[in-house]
Amino acid sequence: MPYMGIAGGVWDKIRDAMVAWGLELKDSFVQNFIAENRWKYLVNGLGVTLQVTFFAVIIGIVLGFLVAIVRSTADKTGKLGFLNGICRVYLTVIRGTPVVVQLLIIYFVIFSSVDIDKVVAAVVAFGLNSGAYVAEIVRSGIMSIDQGQFEAGRSLGFNYGQTMWHIIVPQAFKNVLPALANEFIVLLKETSVCGYIALQDLTKGGDIIRSRTYDPFLPLIAVAVIYLVIVMGLSALVTRLERRLRSSDH
Amino acid sequence: MTTDVLIRVTGLHMDFGTVKALNGVDLEIRKGDVTVIIGPSGSGKSTLLRTLNLLEVPTEGTITFEGVDITDHKVNIDKHRQKMGMVFQQFNLFPHMTILRNLTLAPMKLLHQTREEAEENALQLLARVGLAERAGAYPAQLSGGQKQRIAIVRALCMNPDVMLFDEPTSALDPEMVGEVLDVMRSLAKEGMTMAVVTHEMGFAREVGTHVVFMDEGRIVEENTPEELFAHPASDRLKSFLAKVL
Repeated sequence: MPYMGIAGGVWDKIRDAMVAWGLELKDSFVQNFIAENRWKYLVNGLGVTLQVTFFAVIIGIVLGFLVAIVRSTADKTGKLGFLNGICRVYLTVIRGTPVVVQLLIIYFVIFSSVDIDKVVAAVVAFGLNSGAYVAEIVRSGIMSIDQGQFEAGRSLGFNYGQTMWHIIVPQAFKNVLPALANEFIVLLKETSVCGYIALQDLTKGGDIIRSRTYDPFLPLIAVAVIYLVIVMGLSALVTRLERRLRSSDH
Repeated sequence: MTTDVLIRVTGLHMDFGTVKALNGVDLEIRKGDVTVIIGPSGSGKSTLLRTLNLLEVPTEGTITFEGVDITDHKVNIDKHRQKMGMVFQQFNLFPHMTILRNLTLAPMKLLHQTREEAEENALQLLARVGLAERAGAYPAQLSGGQKQRIAIVRALCMNPDVMLFDEPTSALDPEMVGEVLDVMRSLAKEGMTMAVVTHEMGFAREVGTHVVFMDEGRIVEENTPEELFAHPASDRLKSFLAKVL
């Protein structure tokens, strides 16, 4: 027993404090997650968060690519002026207002007269929002592809759309993949404002537990950890995908 | 005479803003011709070549290809481009696809060949340029000369009636120029109709059947290579040849 003597009392105190803290944490854990099946708020909330993110990503990709193609076609050929105008208004409005405000407007104003599922309202709001950011990312990707690629496609006899589809967009996609992945990670985290329309997503779930137990530490930390794990998982996936797509640049 | 004219260019003008890249060009390319277009830089030779398949749309004038006025807006230019292979200075291979995919994409999508047909044809042509074993490689793994040979094969896979070459050796290291010119030479020997913009006077003299000298957006002189190089008529051609030969 080398640490007996003067220091011994301090170590005992630290040990006692840790034991007490451990017991407290255990109580808190039981209180926050086990009692009254409160863990279900987190699990169900996570389900909602993932659902909203997943469908919003799909809308965002489809919308974003369409807008990007309209915008870059207009830039390249000077055609599609009317559609391009609509796209520009869309981009300006969406990127110029906070996503929470968009969510509130979509749920309380646009869908006010119909009894719509809150998840659907959130999907629409976040999908529309994400589409604007995806559009600008993809457009920058399309514009970064060398004009010679375009000419090579056209010279073989591909029309504008085929050249875009087979030659330009795949290369643009590869170039912007990191930026796109980042956008979807941001989107996942942004859905945490779903609580504004009383949709019980992961964040709201944790917050409900906090309001029941008056014990904010564990529920909020748990929520944060869950987001973190998902984001780290997604990042790892994207890194793998990027490596696969890079197989052509030796 | 008129039946074997493949491309006829009449009164071609091309303005880029205030710059007149083409200033009234008339040209005939007959079947089997190897038309070599030479001239100082900025003379409009590349622009002329690029208007032939309408990569540049002329401001004025007409281009008739196989009897069809392709400058007419009602014409489906994509259909006609399928018959006009083009080779670029910068190769412009598709970097995200293997060589084989580069070669088979257009035949499969546009000529509706099956994968087997397209691949068989592509591999045969690849073997002819000595690159059969690189079918699975990506463009970034090849040298410039190899890339350009692949680019030629890519155009040939569409079985074109004419091949347009836009300074095909200008971006190559000197030691790779020969391998590309060899492929072009053998194409010419087989009777392929070709229009070539180049600075390779040796190639123009040896392979060309018709040499066109351009300056300031006009054709200044055109003749057989023997005549043109031996007896240049205009001072501009004389001074040009003095500089490049």
